[in-house]
Amino acid sequence: MNVIRFILQNHEQVVELTLEHLWLVGVSTLLAALIGIPLGIVIAHRPRLNKPVLASANIIQTIPSLALFGFLLPVPWLGDRADRLAILALTLYALLPIIRNTYTGIRGVDPAVLEAGRGMGLTESQLLFQVELPLAVSVILSGVRVAIVISVGLATIAAAIGSGGLGEFIFRGLAMVDDRVILAGAIPAAILALAADLGVGWLERRLQPR
Amino acid sequence: MGSYSTTNRANQGHMPSRVSDGNQNWALDINSGMLAKMQATDASPAIEFRDVSYCVEGTQVLSGFNLQVHSGETVVLLGRSGSGKTTSLKLVNRLLTPTTGQVSVKGVPNTQTDVIHLRRGIGYVIQDVGLFPHFTVERNIGLVPKIEGWPAERIRARVRELLQLVGLAPEIASRYPHQLSGGQRQRVGVARALAADPEILLMDEPFGALDPLTRDELQREFLLLQRRLHKTVVFVTHDLREALRLGSRIALMEAGRLVTVLTPHEFLRSSDPLASAYVKAFGDGLESAANRGAS
Repeated sequence: MNVIRFILQNHEQVVELTLEHLWLVGVSTLLAALIGIPLGIVIAHRPRLNKPVLASANIIQTIPSLALFGFLLPVPWLGDRADRLAILALTLYALLPIIRNTYTGIRGVDPAVLEAGRGMGLTESQLLFQVELPLAVSVILSGVRVAIVISVGLATIAAAIGSGGLGEFIFRGLAMVDDRVILAGAIPAAILALAADLGVGWLERRLQPR
Repeated sequence: MGSYSTTNRANQGHMPSRVSDGNQNWALDINSGMLAKMQATDASPAIEFRDVSYCVEGTQVLSGFNLQVHSGETVVLLGRSGSGKTTSLKLVNRLLTPTTGQVSVKGVPNTQTDVIHLRRGIGYVIQDVGLFPHFTVERNIGLVPKIEGWPAERIRARVRELLQLVGLAPEIASRYPHQLSGGQRQRVGVARALAADPEILLMDEPFGALDPLTRDELQREFLLLQRRLHKTVVFVTHDLREALRLGSRIALMEAGRLVTVLTPHEFLRSSDPLASAYVKAFGDGLESAANRGAS
């Protein structure tokens, strides 16, 4: 109950840090989707590129997040502002689930459907936008959902390099050895993750073909 | 008076040029140049394979293939799996391109036509149907007309007409493919192929996956339909009975080669070893099936 009192007392700061957190996660997920979905489409159509692209995304995923933030710190323009840096790192982490699910979703389209479409005289872009993407959309969205949930968690760590967000409470609480302060960061972060999960999950079901 | 004569002159000047424009368009549609025009007017076959071979990864799938399909006839490609039937079919709408030789459609080498334009003028029906699962029946059938820019009302009317033509109730229009039976799906597949009223229809074992009763029904309807529409049809099957029933001519294929082309009646009396083997196999099959039923 102490936690709730603490959050209520500091509600302005909680709201501010939550918004910062949302900004980090939102921008990075958007960027990752803008890069990852086209990349996933490309590798689904060119099997040769599939291994190198997925392997690279995999390798990025294995770099410990704190280390990645550290590596990026000396990069000129990026290192100037902590939020730029955090957004780049979060974008990189969000790529893998988005690329992989786009690839899987598009490869999962029934070959007979594609052949019929091609035989009817659909152009490749008509095939992509009218057939492949609509049929793959729920799989792609579930990749986006995973990416968001990962990002909400990772963004708390980005506070270590001063990018703001709910991680600030967590690190401050750790330094002060005060559970209330840690939870004031952790609880809203968990709620964010759950809300995003439910929201995108709902969208996913709405857009599911059949 | 003055104005009258100018409009009159303008008309006179305009009329012939419009006609010749029309002619030019027609020639361009088929192909550019005189040669194409002459070939096209000279009752050329709807589809012609000339010395066609097709290799994939060093394997000869089709070799020395020559065949003419005339306008309005149904040619059945009969042969076992791997004999090159489906490959031949896909060479027509350029889902595949021949390694050597040439396939002409309506007198024009199909490599000289825009591939999308070519395909929209050829209906294509496959065994797995390949209906778009996220579209209703209506959108499935109306897709090509829609892409071709038909007005919505005309598309709706066409869909209704086609559903009736293939023997489906109009209520089906709003259903999704997974709500249909196999026979209904295949009928929708045929309706979709007919949507933009193509002159040529390619059918790749369209009734192969259906139960015998439904297949029989669809074969009968195909004949009725063909009697009305007179499409040029190339039909792939490995079922001799189907070939005899539906084909104007049967092209017998084996190991990537065309063995012989015969009418159904000629086929039954043919002395060609492969043709008589087919007749025998089906005859024997029937006999043993009948025996098994009796015992």
